[in-house]
Amino acid sequence: MHYLEFEKPLAEIEGKAEELRALARSNSEMDVEKEAAALDRKADGLLKDLYKGLTPWQKCLVARHPDRPHCSDYINALFTEYTPLAGDRNFADDHAVMGGLARFNDAPVVVIGHEKGNDTKSRIERNFGMARPEGYRKAIRLLDLAHRFRLPVVTLVDTPGAYPGKGAEERGQSEAIARATLKCLEIGVPLVSVVIGEGGSGGAVAFATANRIAMLEHSIYSVISPEGCASILWKDANKMQEAAEALRLTAQDLQQLGVIDRVVKEPLGGAQRKPKDAIEAVGTAIGAMLKELGSKKPEALIRDRRQKFLDMGAKGLAA
Amino acid sequence: MNWISNYVRPKINSLFSRREVPENLWTKCPECGTMLFHRELADNLNVCSSCDHHMAITPRARFTALFDGGIFTEAKVPEPIADPLHFRDQKRYPERMRAAQRQTGEKEAMLVAEGEIGRTRIVAAGQDFSFMAGSMGLYVGNAIIAAAETAVKRKCPLVLFSAAGGARMQEGILSLMQMPRSTVAVQMLKEAGLPYIVVLTHPTTGGVTASYAMLGDVQIAEPNALICFAGPRVIEQTIREKLPEGFQRAEYLLDHGMIDRVTHRGHLREELISIVRLLTGQPPAVKGDLPPPQPADGAAKTDVPPAAAPETGAAKT
Ligand SMILES: [Zn+2]
Repeated sequence: MHYLEFEKPLAEIEGKAEELRALARSNSEMDVEKEAAALDRKADGLLKDLYKGLTPWQKCLVARHPDRPHCSDYINALFTEYTPLAGDRNFADDHAVMGGLARFNDAPVVVIGHEKGNDTKSRIERNFGMARPEGYRKAIRLLDLAHRFRLPVVTLVDTPGAYPGKGAEERGQSEAIARATLKCLEIGVPLVSVVIGEGGSGGAVAFATANRIAMLEHSIYSVISPEGCASILWKDANKMQEAAEALRLTAQDLQQLGVIDRVVKEPLGGAQRKPKDAIEAVGTAIGAMLKELGSKKPEALIRDRRQKFLDMGAKGLAA
Repeated sequence: MNWISNYVRPKINSLFSRREVPENLWTKCPECGTMLFHRELADNLNVCSSCDHHMAITPRARFTALFDGGIFTEAKVPEPIADPLHFRDQKRYPERMRAAQRQTGEKEAMLVAEGEIGRTRIVAAGQDFSFMAGSMGLYVGNAIIAAAETAVKRKCPLVLFSAAGGARMQEGILSLMQMPRSTVAVQMLKEAGLPYIVVLTHPTTGGVTASYAMLGDVQIAEPNALICFAGPRVIEQTIREKLPEGFQRAEYLLDHGMIDRVTHRGHLREELISIVRLLTGQPPAVKGDLPPPQPADGAAKTDVPPAAAPETGAAKT
């Protein structure tokens, strides 16, 4: 279990309980269960307290938690017959973006998402979920495929942002993102999106220009990382707590602003504590969102999606 | 913020301070150091007459030189809610807005106008880098949508001049949402079969490039304009290597197939007239039919150079 900075007190208690139980395993005369159970209760209470009032910055940390379920976990658990489709037919296959054909509740769909990887090797292979132009162009290809064969699209957003690299710029990072956003607006099939971790700037928009957008309770979606914002506006990257606060990047704020449609509740202590529960909750949300759109005609889906974004920004946050 | 003032190296400064040149009459070219007289510079559309360096130009000055006889009508842009997030960094957002408004005399970072260029009706949208780095927030999004809607209503092309440091951070997620919103505007033009021409000017970066500024039917850039998604400094920090000469500049993008043309500001008007007429199936513009071209050398001139008196002929609505 990887503990976040603010979870340190919790780590101590859970560590103690774990130690006791380990001791008891190697020494059969010892009875520690009562004591350990008391520690468990204490830990539970603390966890509740910690997660009741997460600050925006703490939410950023939870959203980036390395043990949080990632795109491939959701695809494996929620979809059947997943058939990955690769490549942008131009330059490469970007491993930061995964996608392909699959079934959701037996119905054929196209699923696309950012994948961050879960150990050093896969993180490097996935470029930490930072797509290059090829990733967006692969997505464009899949969106087009979905449109032509009338398949609903599910996108899972989890990226720190588009990759700031030399080759990525030379091959048209901005054009690729712009084109993917435009493609999202043009397809005549239901497009639903879930921010499962980090919704980092333009890289997220390229996938999340959807009919329905949901966010996990402790995920974030922002125009810039709090660190980036702090270094630009505060001239001090260490002011990321203040920046996270000011940016209003939490799922709760985004729902109030009318940018997203629903917040998906996470298990106590975040999706990383009980990944199965988090994945199931996301599955329920995807099902509900697809159902809302199921009977709409292609033109209506395009029109409604467009209107949704035109209307955005009509309301601000309460003072 | 004002990058024109950054050039003043102490040495050169002391050279000129003795003569006490009034600041507003002379501008030193940040590229070659030539002192340029304001009237000459304005006549030359803020391009250095000695080295061709393209300096910033406000949309108002640009439109005055672009439209026939300097006549254009400003399009109405729906007013968005102010300070939707109650954003505060070291200053409050409304304070920063007021300062930008005082400094520029403009309401926001984009100007939308309609009129004729070479007797060809167009809608033009110009982003103002001097206003909070041209950053894209709700107003800029509304302006682009208004520009597209006006073009659709008039059945005429949209020419957009981009210039921005990126998104308006003080509007948080709502500034990010201007990426899909402005893309909807592009979609409207596309559906109506109307040309959408983008002129990328220095600098055009961040979310602006990753939305409407890269979706033109024809993509033109001004010479040496920085055009990128991630800025060079961010990239250098990420990949820890020095970037090649001219990286992310207009000519570099042209070489890499990302844009159609790099065009000198002085030739832009003629080129836009030609492209717009070609795309809309109109006969070539009759040169004699056009108002006399602005003198390039500043020799023969009208009473007021266009850039110096931006309000000339501009009918405000
Ligand atoms: Zn010069």
